[in-house]
Amino acid sequence: MADTSETAAAPRTHVSLQVNGTTREVDIEPRRTLLSVLRDDLSLTGAKPGCEMGNCGACTVLLDGEAVYSCLTLAVECTGREITTIEGLSASGELDPVQQAFIAHDALQCGFCTPGQILAMKALFATNPHPDDETIERAMSGNICRCGAYPKILAAARALAGTQAAQQ
Amino acid sequence: MNTFEHVTVTDGNEAVKLLSERGGAAGETKIIAGGTDLLTLMNASLIAPQRLVNLKAARALRYLRFAEDGALHIGALATLADLERDAGVARRLPILVESVRDAATPQLRAMATVAGNLLQRPRCWYFRGAPHCWLKGGAECFARDGENKYHAIFGASSCVAVHPSDLAPALLALDAELLINGPSGVRTLPLAAFFHEPTNDARIEHTLAPDEVITEIRVPGQPEGANGAYLKMMDRQAWAFALASAAAQLSVEDGVIQQARIVLGGVATVPWRATQAEDALTGQQLTPELARTAAEAALAGAAPLAHNGYKVPLARELVRRAILRAGSVPHP
Repeated sequence: MADTSETAAAPRTHVSLQVNGTTREVDIEPRRTLLSVLRDDLSLTGAKPGCEMGNCGACTVLLDGEAVYSCLTLAVECTGREITTIEGLSASGELDPVQQAFIAHDALQCGFCTPGQILAMKALFATNPHPDDETIERAMSGNICRCGAYPKILAAARALAGTQAAQQ
Repeated sequence: MNTFEHVTVTDGNEAVKLLSERGGAAGETKIIAGGTDLLTLMNASLIAPQRLVNLKAARALRYLRFAEDGALHIGALATLADLERDAGVARRLPILVESVRDAATPQLRAMATVAGNLLQRPRCWYFRGAPHCWLKGGAECFARDGENKYHAIFGASSCVAVHPSDLAPALLALDAELLINGPSGVRTLPLAAFFHEPTNDARIEHTLAPDEVITEIRVPGQPEGANGAYLKMMDRQAWAFALASAAAQLSVEDGVIQQARIVLGGVATVPWRATQAEDALTGQQLTPELARTAAEAALAGAAPLAHNGYKVPLARELVRRAILRAGSVPHP
Protein backbone atom coordinates (compact mmCIF):
# COMPACT_ATOMS: atom_id res chain seq x y z
CA MET A 1 0.00 0.00 0.00
CA ALA A 2 3.02 2.22 -0.45
CA ASP A 3 1.46 4.23 -3.25
CA THR A 4 -1.36 5.46 -1.03
CA SER A 5 0.93 6.89 1.64
CA GLU A 6 -0.32 10.31 2.55
CA THR A 7 1.40 13.58 1.96
CA ALA A 8 0.93 16.65 4.12
CA ALA A 9 -0.60 18.59 1.21
CA ALA A 10 -3.36 16.14 0.34
CA PRO A 11 -6.75 17.21 1.69
CA ARG A 12 -8.29 14.97 4.30
CA THR A 13 -11.85 14.16 5.18
CA HIS A 14 -13.18 13.46 8.64
CA VAL A 15 -14.90 10.08 8.64
CA SER A 16 -16.82 8.34 11.38
CA LEU A 17 -16.79 4.55 10.99
CA GLN A 18 -18.77 1.91 12.87
CA VAL A 19 -16.23 -0.86 13.34
CA ASN A 20 -17.07 -3.96 15.38
CA GLY A 21 -19.80 -2.06 17.22
CA THR A 22 -17.60 0.91 18.13
CA THR A 23 -17.48 4.37 16.54
CA ARG A 24 -14.01 5.18 15.24
CA GLU A 25 -13.08 8.66 14.02
CA VAL A 26 -10.38 9.12 11.38
CA ASP A 27 -9.06 11.95 9.21
CA ILE A 28 -8.17 10.39 5.90
CA GLU A 29 -7.59 11.11 2.25
CA PRO A 30 -10.53 10.02 0.08
CA ARG A 31 -8.25 7.63 -1.83
CA ARG A 32 -7.61 5.47 1.24
CA THR A 33 -9.14 2.01 1.02
CA LEU A 34 -11.07 0.54 3.91
CA LEU A 35 -8.34 -2.11 4.12
CA SER A 36 -5.57 0.42 4.63
CA VAL A 37 -7.57 2.44 7.18
CA LEU A 38 -8.44 -0.67 9.19
CA ARG A 39 -4.83 -1.80 9.26
CA ASP A 40 -2.83 1.43 9.41
CA ASP A 41 -5.12 3.81 11.28
CA LEU A 42 -7.14 1.46 13.48
CA SER A 43 -4.50 -1.25 14.07
CA LEU A 44 -6.97 -3.94 13.01
CA THR A 45 -4.55 -6.11 11.07
CA GLY A 46 -6.78 -9.19 10.72
CA ALA A 47 -7.83 -8.17 7.19
CA LYS A 48 -4.82 -8.89 4.99
CA PRO A 49 -3.41 -7.13 1.94
CA GLY A 50 -2.95 -9.91 -0.62
CA CYS A 51 -3.43 -9.00 -4.27
CA GLU A 52 -5.09 -5.63 -3.53
CA MET A 53 -7.07 -5.92 -6.75
CA GLY A 54 -10.07 -8.02 -5.77
CA ASN A 55 -8.64 -11.38 -6.78
CA CYS A 56 -7.72 -13.19 -3.56
CA GLY A 57 -10.19 -12.48 -0.76
CA ALA A 58 -7.63 -12.02 2.03
CA CYS A 59 -9.03 -8.53 2.72
CA THR A 60 -12.64 -9.74 3.13
CA VAL A 61 -14.66 -7.92 5.80
CA LEU A 62 -18.40 -7.66 6.43
CA LEU A 63 -20.28 -4.50 5.45
CA ASP A 64 -23.77 -4.60 6.95
CA GLY A 65 -23.29 -8.35 7.25
CA GLU A 66 -22.32 -8.91 3.62
CA ALA A 67 -18.83 -10.09 2.65
CA VAL A 68 -16.93 -7.52 0.55
CA TYR A 69 -13.34 -6.85 -0.47
CA SER A 70 -11.99 -4.02 1.66
CA CYS A 71 -9.15 -3.45 -0.84
CA LEU A 72 -11.69 -2.22 -3.42
CA THR A 73 -13.78 -0.19 -0.98
CA LEU A 74 -13.05 3.46 -0.24
CA ALA A 75 -13.18 4.11 3.51
CA VAL A 76 -14.95 7.47 2.99
CA GLU A 77 -17.86 5.55 1.47
CA CYS A 78 -18.36 3.38 4.56
CA THR A 79 -19.97 5.98 6.82
CA GLY A 80 -23.26 4.71 8.19
CA ARG A 81 -22.35 1.10 7.43
CA GLU A 82 -21.67 -1.57 10.03
CA ILE A 83 -18.13 -2.86 9.47
CA THR A 84 -17.16 -6.22 10.98
CA THR A 85 -13.59 -7.47 10.96
CA ILE A 86 -12.21 -10.73 12.28
CA GLU A 87 -11.36 -8.92 15.52
CA GLY A 88 -15.08 -8.23 15.99
CA LEU A 89 -16.10 -11.88 15.98
CA SER A 90 -14.54 -12.60 19.35
CA ALA A 91 -15.10 -9.19 20.94
CA SER A 92 -16.83 -10.80 23.91
CA GLY A 93 -13.75 -12.94 24.57
CA GLU A 94 -15.33 -16.08 23.17
CA LEU A 95 -14.59 -17.36 19.69
CA ASP A 96 -17.35 -17.30 17.10
CA PRO A 97 -18.78 -20.72 16.11
CA VAL A 98 -17.16 -20.33 12.66
CA GLN A 99 -13.78 -19.75 14.29
CA GLN A 100 -14.31 -22.75 16.54
CA ALA A 101 -15.20 -24.90 13.53
CA PHE A 102 -11.99 -23.82 11.76
CA ILE A 103 -9.96 -24.91 14.80
CA ALA A 104 -11.86 -28.17 15.25
CA HIS A 105 -11.36 -29.11 11.60
CA ASP A 106 -7.81 -27.78 11.26
CA ALA A 107 -9.03 -25.60 8.39
CA LEU A 108 -5.84 -23.60 7.99
CA GLN A 109 -2.12 -23.94 7.58
CA CYS A 110 -0.27 -20.61 7.35
CA GLY A 111 -3.38 -18.66 8.36
CA PHE A 112 -2.90 -15.68 6.05
CA CYS A 113 -6.22 -16.17 4.25
CA THR A 114 -8.08 -17.37 7.35
CA PRO A 115 -9.67 -14.09 8.54
CA GLY A 116 -11.15 -13.60 5.06
CA GLN A 117 -12.25 -17.23 4.84
CA ILE A 118 -13.98 -17.05 8.22
CA LEU A 119 -15.80 -13.82 7.39
CA ALA A 120 -16.95 -15.18 4.02
CA MET A 121 -18.31 -18.23 5.84
CA LYS A 122 -19.86 -16.03 8.52
CA ALA A 123 -21.77 -14.13 5.81
CA LEU A 124 -22.99 -17.42 4.32
CA PHE A 125 -24.33 -18.82 7.61
CA ALA A 126 -25.99 -15.52 8.49
CA THR A 127 -28.38 -15.99 5.56
CA ASN A 128 -28.39 -19.78 5.18
CA PRO A 129 -27.87 -21.93 8.29
CA HIS A 130 -27.96 -25.25 6.39
CA PRO A 131 -26.17 -24.80 3.06
CA ASP A 132 -25.43 -27.82 0.87
CA ASP A 133 -21.95 -28.45 -0.52
CA GLU A 134 -22.52 -26.54 -3.74
CA THR A 135 -23.80 -23.51 -1.85
CA ILE A 136 -20.79 -23.63 0.47
CA GLU A 137 -18.35 -23.90 -2.42
CA ARG A 138 -19.98 -21.02 -4.25
CA ALA A 139 -20.05 -18.83 -1.13
CA MET A 140 -16.35 -19.52 -0.50
CA SER A 141 -15.24 -19.14 -4.12
CA GLY A 142 -14.02 -15.56 -3.60
CA ASN A 143 -11.32 -16.60 -1.12
CA ILE A 144 -8.10 -18.24 -2.27
CA CYS A 145 -6.05 -20.49 0.05
CA ARG A 146 -2.57 -21.04 -1.34
CA CYS A 147 -1.90 -23.76 1.28
CA GLY A 148 -4.82 -25.67 -0.21
CA ALA A 149 -6.81 -26.14 2.98
CA TYR A 150 -10.04 -26.22 0.98
CA PRO A 151 -11.18 -29.74 1.98
CA LYS A 152 -10.86 -28.85 5.66
CA ILE A 153 -12.55 -25.49 5.17
CA LEU A 154 -15.40 -27.42 3.54
CA ALA A 155 -15.41 -29.86 6.49
CA ALA A 156 -15.70 -26.93 8.92
CA ALA A 157 -18.63 -25.55 6.96
CA ARG A 158 -20.33 -28.96 6.77
CA ALA A 159 -20.04 -29.31 10.53
CA LEU A 160 -21.70 -25.93 11.02
CA ALA A 161 -24.38 -26.81 8.48
CA GLY A 162 -25.10 -30.07 10.27
CA THR A 163 -24.46 -32.02 7.07
CA GLN A 164 -21.15 -33.52 8.10
CA ALA A 165 -22.37 -36.96 9.10
CA ALA A 166 -24.59 -37.40 6.08
CA GLN A 167 -21.81 -36.62 3.62
CA GLN A 168 -18.86 -38.41 5.18
CA MET B 1 -3.54 5.77 -6.66
CA ASN B 2 -3.77 9.48 -7.46
CA THR B 3 -5.33 11.96 -5.04
CA PHE B 4 -8.81 13.19 -5.88
CA GLU B 5 -11.73 15.15 -4.57
CA HIS B 6 -14.59 12.96 -3.38
CA VAL B 7 -18.19 14.16 -3.64
CA THR B 8 -21.27 12.20 -2.61
CA VAL B 9 -24.52 12.76 -4.51
CA THR B 10 -27.99 11.46 -3.83
CA ASP B 11 -29.45 11.33 -7.33
CA GLY B 12 -28.54 11.04 -10.99
CA ASN B 13 -29.24 14.73 -11.80
CA GLU B 14 -26.68 15.91 -9.28
CA ALA B 15 -24.18 13.49 -10.76
CA VAL B 16 -24.79 14.83 -14.29
CA LYS B 17 -24.32 18.40 -13.06
CA LEU B 18 -20.94 17.55 -11.57
CA LEU B 19 -19.89 15.59 -14.66
CA SER B 20 -20.81 18.58 -16.88
CA GLU B 21 -18.80 21.10 -14.87
CA ARG B 22 -15.34 22.20 -15.96
CA GLY B 23 -16.31 21.60 -19.58
CA GLY B 24 -17.17 17.96 -18.94
CA ALA B 25 -13.58 17.04 -19.78
CA ALA B 26 -13.34 13.30 -20.39
CA GLY B 27 -11.85 11.48 -17.45
CA GLU B 28 -11.65 14.55 -15.21
CA THR B 29 -14.65 13.56 -13.13
CA LYS B 30 -15.77 9.95 -12.83
CA ILE B 31 -18.74 8.25 -11.21
CA ILE B 32 -17.96 5.64 -8.58
CA ALA B 33 -20.66 3.13 -7.65
CA GLY B 34 -19.48 -0.43 -6.93
CA GLY B 35 -15.91 0.67 -7.59
CA THR B 36 -14.75 -2.85 -8.42
CA ASP B 37 -13.47 -1.91 -11.88
CA LEU B 38 -12.84 1.81 -11.38
CA LEU B 39 -10.48 1.33 -8.43
CA THR B 40 -8.48 -1.36 -10.21
CA LEU B 41 -8.06 1.04 -13.15
CA MET B 42 -6.96 3.81 -10.76
CA ASN B 43 -4.63 1.47 -8.85
CA ALA B 44 -2.92 0.63 -12.14
CA SER B 45 -2.76 4.38 -13.05
CA LEU B 46 -4.75 3.71 -16.22
CA ILE B 47 -7.01 6.58 -15.24
CA ALA B 48 -6.44 9.41 -12.79
CA PRO B 49 -9.69 11.32 -12.28
CA GLN B 50 -9.41 14.56 -10.32
CA ARG B 51 -12.83 14.04 -8.79
CA LEU B 52 -14.94 11.00 -7.93
CA VAL B 53 -18.69 11.38 -7.67
CA ASN B 54 -20.02 8.74 -5.30
CA LEU B 55 -23.40 7.62 -6.61
CA LYS B 56 -23.89 4.88 -4.01
CA ALA B 57 -25.82 7.25 -1.75
CA ALA B 58 -28.51 7.58 -4.47
CA ARG B 59 -30.41 4.74 -2.84
CA ALA B 60 -33.49 5.28 -5.00
CA LEU B 61 -31.47 3.91 -7.94
CA ARG B 62 -31.15 0.47 -6.38
CA TYR B 63 -34.21 -1.56 -7.35
CA LEU B 64 -35.53 -4.47 -9.38
CA ARG B 65 -39.19 -4.31 -10.32
CA PHE B 66 -41.47 -5.83 -12.88
CA ALA B 67 -43.82 -3.31 -14.53
CA GLU B 68 -47.40 -4.13 -15.51
CA ASP B 69 -46.35 -4.75 -19.11
CA GLY B 70 -43.95 -7.43 -17.88
CA ALA B 71 -40.83 -5.31 -18.37
CA LEU B 72 -38.10 -5.62 -15.76
CA HIS B 73 -36.75 -2.29 -14.59
CA ILE B 74 -33.28 -2.57 -13.09
CA GLY B 75 -32.02 0.45 -11.20
CA ALA B 76 -28.46 1.36 -12.15
CA LEU B 77 -27.28 0.66 -8.60
CA ALA B 78 -28.82 -2.81 -8.32
CA THR B 79 -25.96 -5.18 -7.66
CA LEU B 80 -25.18 -8.42 -9.45
CA ALA B 81 -26.06 -10.15 -6.17
CA ASP B 82 -29.48 -8.46 -6.19
CA LEU B 83 -30.15 -9.99 -9.62
CA GLU B 84 -28.77 -13.37 -8.58
CA ARG B 85 -31.07 -13.60 -5.55
CA ASP B 86 -34.30 -12.23 -6.97
CA ALA B 87 -37.01 -14.91 -7.13
CA GLY B 88 -39.04 -13.06 -9.78
CA VAL B 89 -36.03 -12.73 -12.05
CA ALA B 90 -35.18 -16.39 -11.55
CA ARG B 91 -38.71 -17.41 -12.58
CA ARG B 92 -39.26 -15.00 -15.47
CA LEU B 93 -35.77 -14.29 -16.83
CA PRO B 94 -33.57 -17.24 -15.85
CA ILE B 95 -30.94 -16.19 -18.41
CA LEU B 96 -30.10 -13.20 -16.20
CA VAL B 97 -29.52 -15.31 -13.10
CA GLU B 98 -27.41 -17.77 -15.11
CA SER B 99 -25.31 -14.92 -16.46
CA VAL B 100 -24.47 -13.40 -13.07
CA ARG B 101 -24.05 -16.48 -10.89
CA ASP B 102 -20.66 -17.39 -12.36
CA ALA B 103 -19.49 -13.79 -12.73
CA ALA B 104 -16.55 -12.88 -10.47
CA THR B 105 -17.02 -13.86 -6.80
CA PRO B 106 -19.71 -13.44 -4.12
CA GLN B 107 -17.83 -10.44 -2.68
CA LEU B 108 -17.58 -8.72 -6.06
CA ARG B 109 -21.20 -9.51 -6.92
CA ALA B 110 -22.26 -7.90 -3.64
CA MET B 111 -20.33 -4.75 -4.57
CA ALA B 112 -20.60 -4.46 -8.37
CA THR B 113 -23.57 -2.67 -9.92
CA VAL B 114 -25.42 -3.66 -13.07
CA ALA B 115 -24.66 -0.33 -14.81
CA GLY B 116 -21.01 -0.51 -13.83
CA ASN B 117 -20.82 -4.04 -15.16
CA LEU B 118 -21.77 -2.74 -18.63
CA LEU B 119 -19.10 -0.01 -18.42
CA GLN B 120 -16.17 -2.15 -17.26
CA ARG B 121 -12.99 -2.00 -19.29
CA PRO B 122 -11.30 -5.03 -20.87
CA ARG B 123 -8.96 -7.34 -18.99
CA CYS B 124 -6.34 -7.62 -21.78
CA TRP B 125 -2.95 -7.87 -20.11
CA TYR B 126 -1.41 -5.28 -22.43
CA PHE B 127 -4.22 -2.83 -21.67
CA ARG B 128 -4.07 -3.46 -17.91
CA GLY B 129 -0.28 -3.44 -17.88
CA ALA B 130 2.39 -0.88 -18.72
CA PRO B 131 2.44 -1.04 -22.57
CA HIS B 132 1.04 2.05 -24.26
CA CYS B 133 -1.29 0.01 -26.42
CA TRP B 134 -3.65 1.24 -29.11
CA LEU B 135 -6.67 1.21 -26.78
CA LYS B 136 -4.79 3.55 -24.43
CA GLY B 137 -3.98 5.93 -27.29
CA GLY B 138 -0.84 4.22 -28.59
CA ALA B 139 0.02 3.20 -32.13
CA GLU B 140 -0.28 -0.57 -31.91
CA CYS B 141 -2.34 -3.38 -30.43
CA PHE B 142 0.35 -5.60 -28.91
CA ALA B 143 -2.01 -8.53 -28.48
CA ARG B 144 -2.76 -8.86 -32.18
CA ASP B 145 0.62 -10.47 -32.89
CA GLY B 146 1.53 -11.14 -29.28
CA GLU B 147 0.08 -13.20 -26.42
CA ASN B 148 -3.52 -13.46 -27.50
CA LYS B 149 -4.97 -16.69 -26.12
CA TYR B 150 -7.75 -14.79 -24.33
CA HIS B 151 -8.45 -12.39 -27.17
CA ALA B 152 -10.99 -11.73 -29.92
CA ILE B 153 -12.05 -13.98 -32.78
CA PHE B 154 -14.54 -11.46 -34.21
CA GLY B 155 -14.56 -7.76 -34.93
CA ALA B 156 -13.07 -4.98 -37.01
CA SER B 157 -11.49 -2.89 -34.27
CA SER B 158 -7.73 -2.28 -34.11
CA CYS B 159 -8.07 -3.63 -30.55
CA VAL B 160 -8.48 -7.38 -29.99
CA ALA B 161 -9.30 -7.32 -26.26
CA VAL B 162 -12.60 -8.99 -25.38
CA HIS B 163 -15.48 -7.47 -23.47
CA PRO B 164 -15.41 -8.99 -19.98
CA SER B 165 -19.10 -8.79 -19.03
CA ASP B 166 -21.22 -11.91 -18.53
CA LEU B 167 -24.37 -9.91 -17.97
CA ALA B 168 -24.11 -7.90 -21.20
CA PRO B 169 -24.64 -10.81 -23.64
CA ALA B 170 -27.70 -11.90 -21.64
CA LEU B 171 -29.16 -8.37 -21.55
CA LEU B 172 -28.55 -7.99 -25.29
CA ALA B 173 -30.31 -11.30 -25.93
CA LEU B 174 -33.29 -9.81 -24.06
CA ASP B 175 -33.28 -6.64 -26.23
CA ALA B 176 -32.60 -4.49 -23.15
CA GLU B 177 -32.56 -0.69 -23.28
CA LEU B 178 -30.77 1.89 -21.16
CA LEU B 179 -32.21 5.02 -19.60
CA ILE B 180 -29.43 7.60 -19.70
CA ASN B 181 -29.44 10.88 -17.85
CA GLY B 182 -27.47 13.71 -19.47
CA PRO B 183 -27.28 17.52 -19.51
CA SER B 184 -30.26 17.77 -21.87
CA GLY B 185 -32.47 15.26 -20.06
CA VAL B 186 -33.16 11.57 -20.22
CA ARG B 187 -32.66 9.50 -23.36
CA THR B 188 -33.40 5.87 -24.12
CA LEU B 189 -30.77 3.84 -25.92
CA PRO B 190 -31.00 0.22 -27.05
CA LEU B 191 -28.17 -1.72 -25.43
CA ALA B 192 -27.20 -2.83 -28.95
CA ALA B 193 -26.41 0.84 -29.78
CA PHE B 194 -24.61 1.40 -26.48
CA PHE B 195 -21.88 -1.11 -27.28
CA HIS B 196 -19.51 0.00 -30.00
CA GLU B 197 -16.26 -1.44 -31.25
CA PRO B 198 -13.40 0.92 -30.37
CA THR B 199 -12.45 3.14 -33.32
CA ASN B 200 -9.55 5.52 -33.93
CA ASP B 201 -11.58 8.48 -32.73
CA ALA B 202 -13.35 6.69 -29.86
CA ARG B 203 -11.09 4.13 -28.19
CA ILE B 204 -13.73 2.85 -25.84
CA GLU B 205 -16.29 0.04 -25.94
CA HIS B 206 -19.45 2.10 -25.49
CA THR B 207 -21.17 5.29 -26.59
CA LEU B 208 -21.97 6.80 -23.18
CA ALA B 209 -20.80 10.44 -23.15
CA PRO B 210 -18.48 11.58 -20.34
CA ASP B 211 -21.26 13.77 -18.90
CA GLU B 212 -23.94 11.07 -18.91
CA VAL B 213 -25.09 8.60 -16.26
CA ILE B 214 -26.96 5.32 -16.78
CA THR B 215 -29.94 5.39 -14.42
CA GLU B 216 -31.91 2.31 -15.45
CA ILE B 217 -31.64 -0.87 -17.49
CA ARG B 218 -34.97 -1.96 -18.90
CA VAL B 219 -35.71 -5.47 -20.10
CA PRO B 220 -38.90 -5.63 -22.19
CA GLY B 221 -41.58 -8.16 -21.27
CA GLN B 222 -40.96 -11.45 -23.03
CA PRO B 223 -43.68 -13.32 -24.93
CA GLU B 224 -45.36 -16.43 -23.51
CA GLY B 225 -43.18 -19.44 -24.04
CA ALA B 226 -39.96 -17.42 -24.10
CA ASN B 227 -36.96 -18.89 -22.36
CA GLY B 228 -33.25 -18.28 -22.27
CA ALA B 229 -29.94 -19.72 -21.20
CA TYR B 230 -26.42 -18.44 -20.59
CA LEU B 231 -23.45 -20.78 -20.68
CA LYS B 232 -19.90 -19.76 -19.83
CA MET B 233 -16.62 -21.60 -20.12
CA MET B 234 -13.79 -20.62 -17.77
CA ASP B 235 -10.30 -22.04 -17.37
CA ARG B 236 -11.09 -22.63 -13.70
CA GLN B 237 -14.44 -23.17 -12.01
CA ALA B 238 -14.53 -19.89 -10.10
CA TRP B 239 -13.51 -16.26 -10.54
CA ALA B 240 -12.50 -16.24 -14.14
CA PHE B 241 -13.60 -14.24 -17.12
CA ALA B 242 -15.24 -16.15 -19.94
CA LEU B 243 -12.98 -17.90 -22.43
CA ALA B 244 -16.20 -17.80 -24.38
CA SER B 245 -19.86 -17.64 -23.45
CA ALA B 246 -23.19 -17.91 -25.20
CA ALA B 247 -26.55 -16.30 -24.44
CA ALA B 248 -29.62 -17.68 -26.17
CA GLN B 249 -33.15 -16.34 -25.78
CA LEU B 250 -35.91 -18.07 -27.74
CA SER B 251 -39.64 -17.52 -28.09
CA VAL B 252 -41.27 -20.76 -29.12
CA GLU B 253 -44.91 -21.22 -30.14
CA ASP B 254 -46.31 -24.66 -30.96
CA GLY B 255 -42.76 -25.92 -31.27
CA VAL B 256 -41.79 -23.25 -33.82
CA ILE B 257 -39.21 -20.58 -32.97
CA GLN B 258 -40.84 -17.16 -33.39
CA GLN B 259 -37.86 -15.10 -32.32
CA ALA B 260 -34.26 -15.97 -31.50
CA ARG B 261 -31.45 -13.94 -29.99
CA ILE B 262 -27.95 -15.40 -29.87
CA VAL B 263 -25.13 -13.33 -28.35
CA LEU B 264 -21.57 -14.43 -27.69
CA GLY B 265 -19.33 -13.20 -24.88
CA GLY B 266 -15.54 -13.29 -24.65
CA VAL B 267 -15.05 -13.22 -28.43
CA ALA B 268 -14.92 -9.53 -29.43
CA THR B 269 -14.38 -6.02 -28.05
CA VAL B 270 -18.13 -5.93 -27.54
CA PRO B 271 -20.74 -8.63 -26.86
CA TRP B 272 -21.17 -10.25 -30.26
CA ARG B 273 -24.62 -10.79 -31.72
CA ALA B 274 -24.81 -13.80 -34.04
CA THR B 275 -27.56 -12.72 -36.42
CA GLN B 276 -26.82 -15.53 -38.89
CA ALA B 277 -27.56 -18.04 -36.16
CA GLU B 278 -30.76 -16.18 -35.30
CA ASP B 279 -31.84 -16.29 -38.95
CA ALA B 280 -31.15 -20.02 -39.09
CA LEU B 281 -33.44 -20.56 -36.09
CA THR B 282 -36.35 -18.23 -36.82
CA GLY B 283 -39.48 -19.92 -38.17
CA GLN B 284 -38.04 -23.37 -37.66
CA GLN B 285 -38.89 -26.34 -35.47
CA LEU B 286 -36.22 -26.64 -32.79
CA THR B 287 -34.34 -29.91 -33.16
CA PRO B 288 -30.83 -30.97 -32.13
CA GLU B 289 -29.85 -30.78 -35.81
CA LEU B 290 -31.15 -27.20 -36.14
CA ALA B 291 -29.20 -26.17 -33.04
CA ARG B 292 -26.06 -27.61 -34.62
CA THR B 293 -26.67 -25.74 -37.87
CA ALA B 294 -27.32 -22.47 -36.03
CA ALA B 295 -24.18 -22.90 -33.92
CA GLU B 296 -22.14 -23.40 -37.07
CA ALA B 297 -23.66 -20.25 -38.55
CA ALA B 298 -22.80 -18.33 -35.38
CA LEU B 299 -19.09 -19.04 -35.78
CA ALA B 300 -18.94 -18.95 -39.57
CA GLY B 301 -17.23 -15.57 -39.71
CA ALA B 302 -14.73 -16.14 -36.91
CA ALA B 303 -11.13 -15.08 -37.55
CA PRO B 304 -9.01 -16.45 -34.73
CA LEU B 305 -5.55 -15.10 -33.88
CA ALA B 306 -2.40 -17.20 -33.47
CA HIS B 307 -3.19 -18.52 -29.99
CA ASN B 308 -6.97 -18.54 -29.65
CA GLY B 309 -8.18 -20.93 -32.33
CA TYR B 310 -9.61 -23.09 -29.54
CA LYS B 311 -12.30 -20.46 -29.00
CA VAL B 312 -14.04 -21.31 -32.28
CA PRO B 313 -15.15 -24.88 -31.44
CA LEU B 314 -15.62 -23.87 -27.81
CA ALA B 315 -18.00 -21.02 -28.63
CA ARG B 316 -19.75 -23.15 -31.25
CA GLU B 317 -20.52 -25.87 -28.71
CA LEU B 318 -21.65 -23.31 -26.12
CA VAL B 319 -24.07 -21.83 -28.67
CA ARG B 320 -25.42 -25.28 -29.55
CA ARG B 321 -26.00 -26.18 -25.91
CA ALA B 322 -27.44 -22.77 -25.00
CA ILE B 323 -30.00 -23.04 -27.82
CA LEU B 324 -31.07 -26.52 -26.68
CA ARG B 325 -31.19 -25.43 -23.05
CA ALA B 326 -33.25 -22.33 -23.89
CA GLY B 327 -35.62 -24.55 -25.90
CA SER B 328 -35.74 -27.14 -23.10
CA VAL B 329 -34.50 -29.83 -25.49
CA PRO B 330 -32.50 -32.48 -23.61
CA HIS B 331 -28.91 -32.55 -24.83
CA PRO B 332 -25.73 -34.44 -23.98
